[in-house]
Amino acid sequence: MNVMDTRATSAMLYLDGVHVSFDGFHAINNLSLTLEPGEMRAIIGPNGAGKTTMMDIITGKTKPDEGTVLFDGVTDLTRLDETRIAELGIGRKFQKPTVFESQTVQDNLLLALNVDHSVRGTLFWRGSKAESERIDKVLETIRLTDARNRLAGSLSHGQKQWLEIGMLLAQDPKLLLVDEPVAGMTDVETHLTAELLKEINKTHTVMVVEHDMTFVRELGVKVTCLHEGTVLAEGTIDQVSANERVIEVYLGR
Amino acid sequence: MTPHMLTRSLDRGATIFLAIVAACGILIPLSNLLLPAGSFLQVPTYLVALWGKYVCYAILALAIDLIWGYCGILSLGHGAFFALGGYAMGMYLMRQIGTRGVYGNPILPDFMVFLNWQKLPWYWYGFDMFWFAALMVLVVPGLLAFCFGWLAFRSRVTGVYLSIITQAMTYALLLAFFRNDFGFGGNNGLTDFKDILGFNVQAEGTRAALFALSCLALIIGFLICRAIVSSKLGKVLIAVRDAESRTRFLGYRVESYKLFVFTVSACMAGVAGALYVPQVGIINPSEFAPGNSIEAVIWVAVGGRGTLVGAALGAVVVNYAKTFFTSGVLAPYWLFMLGALFILVTLLLPKGIVGTFNAWWASTREKSTAAAIASAAAENGVEPKMAE
Repeated sequence: MNVMDTRATSAMLYLDGVHVSFDGFHAINNLSLTLEPGEMRAIIGPNGAGKTTMMDIITGKTKPDEGTVLFDGVTDLTRLDETRIAELGIGRKFQKPTVFESQTVQDNLLLALNVDHSVRGTLFWRGSKAESERIDKVLETIRLTDARNRLAGSLSHGQKQWLEIGMLLAQDPKLLLVDEPVAGMTDVETHLTAELLKEINKTHTVMVVEHDMTFVRELGVKVTCLHEGTVLAEGTIDQVSANERVIEVYLGR
Repeated sequence: MTPHMLTRSLDRGATIFLAIVAACGILIPLSNLLLPAGSFLQVPTYLVALWGKYVCYAILALAIDLIWGYCGILSLGHGAFFALGGYAMGMYLMRQIGTRGVYGNPILPDFMVFLNWQKLPWYWYGFDMFWFAALMVLVVPGLLAFCFGWLAFRSRVTGVYLSIITQAMTYALLLAFFRNDFGFGGNNGLTDFKDILGFNVQAEGTRAALFALSCLALIIGFLICRAIVSSKLGKVLIAVRDAESRTRFLGYRVESYKLFVFTVSACMAGVAGALYVPQVGIINPSEFAPGNSIEAVIWVAVGGRGTLVGAALGAVVVNYAKTFFTSGVLAPYWLFMLGALFILVTLLLPKGIVGTFNAWWASTREKSTAAAIASAAAENGVEPKMAE
């Protein structure tokens, strides 16, 4: 029997009929979404559309009331906790940049590396050449080589966003969830971030939540617009931004 | 501990600290024993016992700093682990009394004879052997911390809620140990000790040896803490302290890390208690009082959390102040002064003594480096470039 036959779907991420409500408020309402391996998807939508809640569900922070969430066609994510899901290969960048402020840039990346994360492994850890080479490479990619020994808390907002993306790279997950990567960035930084994400997408599946339409346009990928916890429209940026409902609830006339 | 862990653990501050503790551990007992009484340099026996007590407190403070300063777990019940270690040692010392007790019973301690108990309760078995008692000094606090931590950390109880249940834990133990039928001497606790390993606990030589051993325990405890915090595990602990959920999303099992340091810390507190009891000659339920645990947290805050050296220093400084003030006319006001000290340190020295010193030292060095660069540049006739 072929291994592929045991997979319920070929998708990297498969959400079907997902419901979540908090005290009667339906944050996610019959949400269905598929991400193919190697795809990059942009998620847009007004505040409260359920974008961050969807990421919480995928990463195990929130348990859905109903519905299927499959990763890599075989793993039911609704049964697992955050640590296990991260180990499987789903990395997340938060809306508000969350780096370890009292540690150096280099140590932030060291912590993110997908090596032995057990208590014993970290207690008896000694650095290896391969590890430091990987860190050097990530530092170069996110342009923070000169800042490697600085405390992460002393970085500018944009640099923190980049460091967090760098931590995702060090984690080397199969699927990256990136929540508002360009919030608070200058135009130049936004442009560089788009380039960086496109580069990352060559080897990883990526889901990006973003409000900045210029940035989304620059990514040039399939767009999903969420509204009231469900998919409102899906397609290219031109199709989605021409959609009457999307204009009404999100883009404005 | 592998060699690379040892070398990694020893920075300049750690080495100076260890040298001072080692010097005290050797010189104070020698001066007490070898110099004639009344000589200027002779340390009187009562001071050896007093300083021995401080050293035990320093070990407790170190244990608290490991979990609070590095992992953000504020335990307000660490006095319980200290007291449990103390009781384990106390039980050994009680069994050593033998027929020298008031009632002369070779097996039962006096309080059991007084309560008309016919035989030794099962949980007192084995405590006549030192090795068993020494093992229990580690196992009992360690096991309690493991079970307590397993339940609390798995349920993700954090912050002030965790602090409150640790207070509840030590208070529950206080009430239990107060009961006569619990089998640990009720409110009198365990006292009237005679021998430890065949040596008279009151003898000067024994006291000096206990002091030296306490210093040795402080050194070993400090090295263990340093090895932990300077490893990659230490970086994970700081990550948990600063951004717990971020650490989870990186794939670290946060509860395992917390459980590990909490248990190590409880074992250290147990050792501190076990060394404390023979030096003060008594252990009773008041050691479980919630106030004691809070006081220990204040030592760490005063000395500087997250510095280890600061925790030990804070324990000694605050307790020295306590001894000084509670023996004079200011005695009734000690608790007010302790409270004021805590408020002042929080407001004026939020990093504590050692933390503030480290920050000052770092900025001074930075300035002098910058000045050196500037003067070197001026000599060469070049504009100094701002270091980014």
